[in-house]
Amino acid sequence: MFNYYLRLALSSIRRTPVLSALMVLALGLGIGAFMTTFTVYHLMSGDPIPHRSDMLYAVQLDNWDPNRPPTESARDVRAQLTWQDGNNLVLADTPATRQVHMYGTGAVVVPEGNDPPFDESVRATWHSFFPMFDVPFLYGGPWGQAEDEARAGVAVIGRELNDKLFNGENSVGRDLQLDDQHYRVVGVIDDWQPMPRFYHSDWGRAFEDTEQVFIPMNRAIDLQMGQRGNTNCWKMPDEDLPLFEGFLKSECVFTQFWAELETPQQVAAYKDYLDNYVRGQKAIGRFERPLATFISDVMEWMDVMRVVRDDNRVLLRLSFLFLLVCVLNTVGLLMAKFMGKGGEVALRRAMGASRRQVFQQNLIEVGLIGVLGGLAGAGLAWLGLRAVENMYRGYQHLVHLDAVMLLTAIATATVFAVLAGMYPVWRVSRLAPAGLLKTQ
Amino acid sequence: MLKMSQITKVYRTELVETHALQGLDLHVEEGEFVAITGPSGSGKTTFLNIAGLLESPTSGAYLLDGEDVSRLNDRARSRIRNEKVGFIFQSFNLIPDLNLADNVDVPLRYRGWSAARRRDIVGKMLDRVGLGARHNYLPSQLSGGQQQRVAIARALAGQPRFLLADEPTGNLDSEMAEAVMGLLETINEQGTTIVMVTHDPDLAHRAHRNIHILDGQASDVPDLAPGNVMQFSESLRV
Repeated sequence: MFNYYLRLALSSIRRTPVLSALMVLALGLGIGAFMTTFTVYHLMSGDPIPHRSDMLYAVQLDNWDPNRPPTESARDVRAQLTWQDGNNLVLADTPATRQVHMYGTGAVVVPEGNDPPFDESVRATWHSFFPMFDVPFLYGGPWGQAEDEARAGVAVIGRELNDKLFNGENSVGRDLQLDDQHYRVVGVIDDWQPMPRFYHSDWGRAFEDTEQVFIPMNRAIDLQMGQRGNTNCWKMPDEDLPLFEGFLKSECVFTQFWAELETPQQVAAYKDYLDNYVRGQKAIGRFERPLATFISDVMEWMDVMRVVRDDNRVLLRLSFLFLLVCVLNTVGLLMAKFMGKGGEVALRRAMGASRRQVFQQNLIEVGLIGVLGGLAGAGLAWLGLRAVENMYRGYQHLVHLDAVMLLTAIATATVFAVLAGMYPVWRVSRLAPAGLLKTQ
Repeated sequence: MLKMSQITKVYRTELVETHALQGLDLHVEEGEFVAITGPSGSGKTTFLNIAGLLESPTSGAYLLDGEDVSRLNDRARSRIRNEKVGFIFQSFNLIPDLNLADNVDVPLRYRGWSAARRRDIVGKMLDRVGLGARHNYLPSQLSGGQQQRVAIARALAGQPRFLLADEPTGNLDSEMAEAVMGLLETINEQGTTIVMVTHDPDLAHRAHRNIHILDGQASDVPDLAPGNVMQFSESLRV
C-alpha cells in the first residue's frame, strides 16, 4: 500500500499546487533558518579531536598585573603564555607524556622558477605537535627532537602548499625558501582541518585555516620571526635589552602551550608541577598575583575560550522558535488542505478504507511534503551558509553543508511535518463519511 | 440478507435532538431489488447510511448476511463495507484526478489483492459497463451517464453481496437514466441484491418490492403500480 499511498500523495500535491507549495515553503523557511544556525552551532561546538580530546590539556599560568581583579576561573587568565614560561616548561622533565610550545608567525614563500612569492602563515612549534594532535601525513613525517635541539632548517608543509609548489609530488627532501631562509621539507601533511582549530583558538581564530608551513620554534626564535596573532603585555619589555630579546624575556603572552596527560594521576601530578613552577618563579620576583594555574582538556578549553558564543546559542533558540512558528503555519495549511479532501476521504471510507488506512494515506502525504520541505530547507540553508561565509570570512570551514547535514535537514523537516500533520490527518480520518458523500 | 429490527437513530446537538429513525423494521431477502421511497427528511438517507455501515444505529439490531453488525468497531465495519457492500451515489463520486481504471480499483486496493488480479477485475468491470476501451480516461472526459456506469463498475468490482444505490439516476437525463436502470436490473438478475433509494415512482415501480419510509419508520407498499406509491405515502400521513 505504501507505493499506492505515495502515488496518491503525489497526485494530491499536484491537485493543490499553491497550497502544497506554501506548505513546502513554510517548512523550508523554518528548516533553512534552523539548519543554518544549527550547522554553524554544531560545527562550532563539535569535538575537533574526539579520540584524544580528553588527554590534551591547554596550560594557563596567571602571570598578570597584580593590581587587576582576583582570578576566579580559567576565563580570567590569559589564554597564552610568555615565551620564557613556555620554553622553561617544554625543556623541563615534567609528568606529561608530551608537551608542545608554539606560536603563529608568517613568512614569504619564494617558489622555485618564475612564480611570484606569496605570504603564508607559519606555525613555529616543536616536533611533538604532530603526534600529539594526530596530524596525518601524506609524505614523510615530522622532524625529531634532534632537529628541535639543533634549531634545524626543516619544515613540514601542508598538502595545499605542496600542490602549489611541487604539483602534489612527494616533496620530502626538497628545498623550501621562506623569506631568505632555506628549509628542507621533511613531511607533507594530508588534508587536516580540526574544527574548531583548538590548538590556537583565541580571539576568533578557532575557525581559521590550519597553517601550511610548520617549522621548529627554536629556529623561528633564532630568526626573530615576529608573532602573528594576539599579543598581550601588562608591562613594557625591558628597554635595555635588544628589542626581540626584550620581548622574549618580557611578561608579554603570545605562545600556546599544550600537554598530553593520559591518566588522572598524571593530570594531578602535572598540575602540582605547574604550581611548583610558579612558586619557583615567584621566588625570583615574577608571578606577583596569588598562585593560579589551569589546565583544561580540549572541550573544556573550547568553553574557556567561548568558541561557541552566547549569541550563537541565542540565535539557535530563536531559529528553533521560528521553525515552530513555521510548523504551526503548516498545521493551518494542512488543516485547510485536508478538510478540502473530505469528499474523497468519505468515498474511500465507503469503499472500505478504515480510519487507520485513511490516516496512513494522509500521513504519507504529509511525510512527502516534509521531504520536499526538507529539500527546500536544505537549499535555503545552503544559501544561508553562503551568506554567513560572505559576512564572516573566518567561518568558511563552518559553512559547508555535507550529506549528513542534508539528510538531517530532510529528516528534521519530515519529523516536524509529520508532527504538524498528526492533528489534521487525525481529524480527516475521523470525518463522518455519511454527510460528506451526499454533498460531494 | 439484510434485517433491521427496531432501529433508531438520534442526532443530538446542544440545541436540538433529531429522531431520524424511530423503530424501523426492514427485511431484504437475498437477490431482491428493493426500492426505498419517501419524502425528503423521512429518514431514507439515514437508513442507507446505517445499511451501508457508514453510521451506527442508536439502538436496535442490524443483521447483515446473518451477522450482527450494529455494534462493530471501525475496522470490522470497514472490512464488511469493503467485502459485502457496494455504493452507487447520485453524484457518482468519482475521484477526479484518477483515471477510470484507478477509480474502479479503489475498493480493491483495500482487499490486499495482487496487482494482476486487480487489473483483471478492473478490466472485466469496465467491459461490463461498456467502457472497456476507456481505462485511461479521466472522469471529466465522460458524460454523466458514463460516469455513473464507472461508479457502478466500481461498486461491483469488489463483488459485493448487495448494492446500495442512492438516487442513482437523479443527475441523469431520461435516456441515460434508462440505460443505468437497465444496467442495475441486469446486475440484479445476475444475483446481486440491490437496495435503491429513489424519489422517482417509475423507477420504484421497476423494483421487486417497494418500501416506504416515513417519519423514520418503514412499511411495505402493497401495490407498486405507478402513482400508488405517492398515494400510499399520503395515506400514511393522515
